[in-house]
Amino acid sequence: MSLLLFVEQLLNGLQFGMTLFLTAAGLTLVFGVMGLINLAHGSLFMVGAFAAAAVSAATGSFLLAMAASIAAAAAAGALVEVVVIRRLYRRDHLDQVLATFALIMIFSEATRWLFGSFPLYLNIPTYLSGPVTLPGGIEYPLYRLTIIAVGLLIAIGLFLLISRTRLGIQIRAGESDREMIAALGIDISKLYTIVFALGAALAGLAGAMIGAIQSVQVGMGEPVLILAFVVIVIGGIGSIKGVLIGSILVGMTNTMGGVLLPAFLRLFMENSAATAAGSALATMLIYILMALVLIVKPTGLYGART
Amino acid sequence: MTRETVINGLLALLLLGVPLWAYLADEPFLITLATKVAILALAGVGLNIALGQGGLVSLGHAAFFGIGGYAMGILASHAQSYTPLAEWPWTIEGSNSMPVIWITAVVTSALAALVIGALSLRTSGVYFIMITLAFGQMLYYFAISWPAYGGEDGLSIYVRNGFPGLNTLDPIQFFAITYVILIATLFFAARLTRSPFGLALNAARQTSERVETVGIVPYQLRLTVFVISGAITGLAGALFADLNRFVSPSMLSWHTSGELMIFIILGGTARLFGPLAGAAAFIVLEQMLGGLSDYWHIHLGLLLLVVVLFARGGIIGTLAGEEVRHD
Repeated sequence: MSLLLFVEQLLNGLQFGMTLFLTAAGLTLVFGVMGLINLAHGSLFMVGAFAAAAVSAATGSFLLAMAASIAAAAAAGALVEVVVIRRLYRRDHLDQVLATFALIMIFSEATRWLFGSFPLYLNIPTYLSGPVTLPGGIEYPLYRLTIIAVGLLIAIGLFLLISRTRLGIQIRAGESDREMIAALGIDISKLYTIVFALGAALAGLAGAMIGAIQSVQVGMGEPVLILAFVVIVIGGIGSIKGVLIGSILVGMTNTMGGVLLPAFLRLFMENSAATAAGSALATMLIYILMALVLIVKPTGLYGART
Repeated sequence: MTRETVINGLLALLLLGVPLWAYLADEPFLITLATKVAILALAGVGLNIALGQGGLVSLGHAAFFGIGGYAMGILASHAQSYTPLAEWPWTIEGSNSMPVIWITAVVTSALAALVIGALSLRTSGVYFIMITLAFGQMLYYFAISWPAYGGEDGLSIYVRNGFPGLNTLDPIQFFAITYVILIATLFFAARLTRSPFGLALNAARQTSERVETVGIVPYQLRLTVFVISGAITGLAGALFADLNRFVSPSMLSWHTSGELMIFIILGGTARLFGPLAGAAAFIVLEQMLGGLSDYWHIHLGLLLLVVVLFARGGIIGTLAGEEVRHD
């Protein structure tokens, strides 16, 4: 394999990792602060993508579409939090799993009812399409590079938000002692709604950005949701740093494994058999990675809470 | 006799009575539905042992259901094409005999549960949910990308596998097989709950520290119950695949895990007959709502939300009164 192809795959892994980061960050915040496991997070990813596709089709503006994805997902998140999720904080995990599983059914079928079963398409605008030449003569799609940049910017923004702002202080306080910050006069239910909507907005943006690479369809959030869970398990629940590192690890393993494993097996196997076995094994790689992390650190790389 | 025992007895009679009536009235579709209820209830009973007794919220039980299904699919497809399953180190032939398939399904899914459980039980709470989900998805994607046994398209079997002395192609006889297995498993689950093992397991769920101080290792109890639970769900998977004469990766998908959990919560968590009540309600709803609208999952989702939020004991809890044993 040539070096150019290797670097390209490395960047693809990073880009995939960044979208995973955007999805997993909201999930880990919601779990860290509210102690809630939200299976419907993938639905918010899907809501963002559909909102972007609809607005893009109506106005033709990509930036408006992105803004719409954030707004729609945040609004859907806030609504769901107020109507349903709020009642689940004091319940056990089983009830949370089932109620959010019910939400997935409602979201998926409602989307199918509104938009139909056929996938929608979201076009990359001309100013973001086409390749750019990176130092070293590597050609790489500008759009994917933009995703990496946006992901990194949001990662930095989240770190600053949590470590430097008043809201961040409240979020961290909420993670360690919710009774105490309620006693100090913080409106805890408003804080919860904000955190939930923030997580939803990030997932929605991730969905919209991915929607321009893949197609926008019902159920598109579920594979991402499960990978986001793997990311959180690897990184440790409640830790933004853990999520960033976990996302990049999972993104890289997933992308590089899919390319390198068949190539590696081809060294001592017949070509088609190597491709089949390699791609089957590659799908399992991230779960093997997760199992390895768990054997060494059962609470994840940066996690303390169980 | 408590009210719950009466309800359980009525449910068991109802599940027997409906297909018998359908047999007399010549309604084979109804018999197939009842068979489906019995098989899905069996899978639910398997999950309920881990979830209700052990407090292990596994969102990956589709893995065992699917492994059971593929045990049937792989054995039967080799028997169908007269090719051996493996030639080295021993020649293993395919099989179209149900008992052989069941044993294979139980053993393979128990082994899978041993591996998945041994890793997942190192964690608890929400990590456990996510990890079981992830392992389930791992097998799902493996089944999709492994082309030898149909990949994404799944495997079809032309003729249902045989059981000595019975004609399994006759719906009522196949129903009888599944019914006997379900009742036997329910009996086993009831005995398990009252056994010293079951009592220790319940104690470990409530206060793990106390159990440890008397010298019992909760990890071993939980792993044992997880393996038993996986094996039962695997057996149900083999029967389900035989009912449809088809197995595909969708049996392994996490929607299946979610549905198994829905049976339990609809019926009533940790209730012995909860999975049966839940599976029956689910199938009835599917038939009724599915006829009304293509988007029946919305209604199912709303109903599930209402049950989770407001009617916490499920069907049996509501009928038999408050005696919520899970915490």
